[in-house]
Amino acid sequence: MKKLKKIKIKINGKTKTIIDKLTLHKLINDIKIPITKVAIELNKEIIDKRKLKKIYLRNNDVIEIVHFIGGG
Amino acid sequence: MKDKFTVANKKFKSRLIVGTGKYKTMTECAKAIKFSGADIVTVAVRRVNISDKHKPLLMDYIDPKKITYLPNTAGCFTSEDALRTLRLAREIGGWKLVKLEVLGDKKNLFPDMIETLKSTEVLSNEGFKVMVYCNDDPLMAKRLENVGASAIMPLAAPIGSGLGILNKTNIKIIRNQTKLPLIIDAGLGQASDATIAMELGCDGVLVNTAIAKAKKPFEMALAFKNAVIAGRQSYLSGRINKTLIGSPSSPTKGII
Repeated sequence: MKKLKKIKIKINGKTKTIIDKLTLHKLINDIKIPITKVAIELNKEIIDKRKLKKIYLRNNDVIEIVHFIGGG
Repeated sequence: MKDKFTVANKKFKSRLIVGTGKYKTMTECAKAIKFSGADIVTVAVRRVNISDKHKPLLMDYIDPKKITYLPNTAGCFTSEDALRTLRLAREIGGWKLVKLEVLGDKKNLFPDMIETLKSTEVLSNEGFKVMVYCNDDPLMAKRLENVGASAIMPLAAPIGSGLGILNKTNIKIIRNQTKLPLIIDAGLGQASDATIAMELGCDGVLVNTAIAKAKKPFEMALAFKNAVIAGRQSYLSGRINKTLIGSPSSPTKGII
């Protein structure tokens, strides 16, 4: 069996090793984050949530996922 | 009484805006909001905790369809950070009405007005409706207005200090010079501070710590609600002139 290539990404400050050719949509679904309640940034660019399925993650990508919390 | 609070062409029933920070639990926060009667609440934008998926979400406790979320930029010290935060907030759910807060002083949490002014202009040009946390300087308030602010939100005193309104004169001067919504943001300590703000002619007040950190947050939320209503009615009713001479309340004619 062919071994899947792995890549390293950074998500919310934490380094994570994932398989290559993973979409941003799949990654977010896998970590069970409700997409409607967050905003996503990839390498400092805000991502249109409708396009998540078309974005394939690359080595050293930096992802930030934010939501609303209590604040004054 | 049809006296609605209007910000960026949107009408609201309550003139009390409350913050959602510093509560012990989200349940407590949601209940305090109910008691306060507020229909706008400020919220912060932060990283999702990706390791603890069961952490409760604010949106599960406070329904953004019923209560207007006002995303803030609390904790931002540069224009760049503030813009990034609010652009992300807009992406979460299309929020355009935002509270801009660019801090310049870590100790007293005073706003950096140069960065604030810059950010207000950029955000307004991008279509945001910017409610701006600022100091109580009438000149700066005017400048914010000139670059497209949707509301002027001067501090009463440092955030979370509970000192009440320190410079009533400046607040009054700002009131007289602007038709924009004027909202006292930060520094209030007790319900009567809110009444004073409203009597000075402010359109609303924003309160977080004074409610969240009160010994009885629900009762304090209710007190602030009533205080804002009282202050507004008092302002609209037209107070009597101050005088140093006494004037008897009972007729002097017919005294036996």
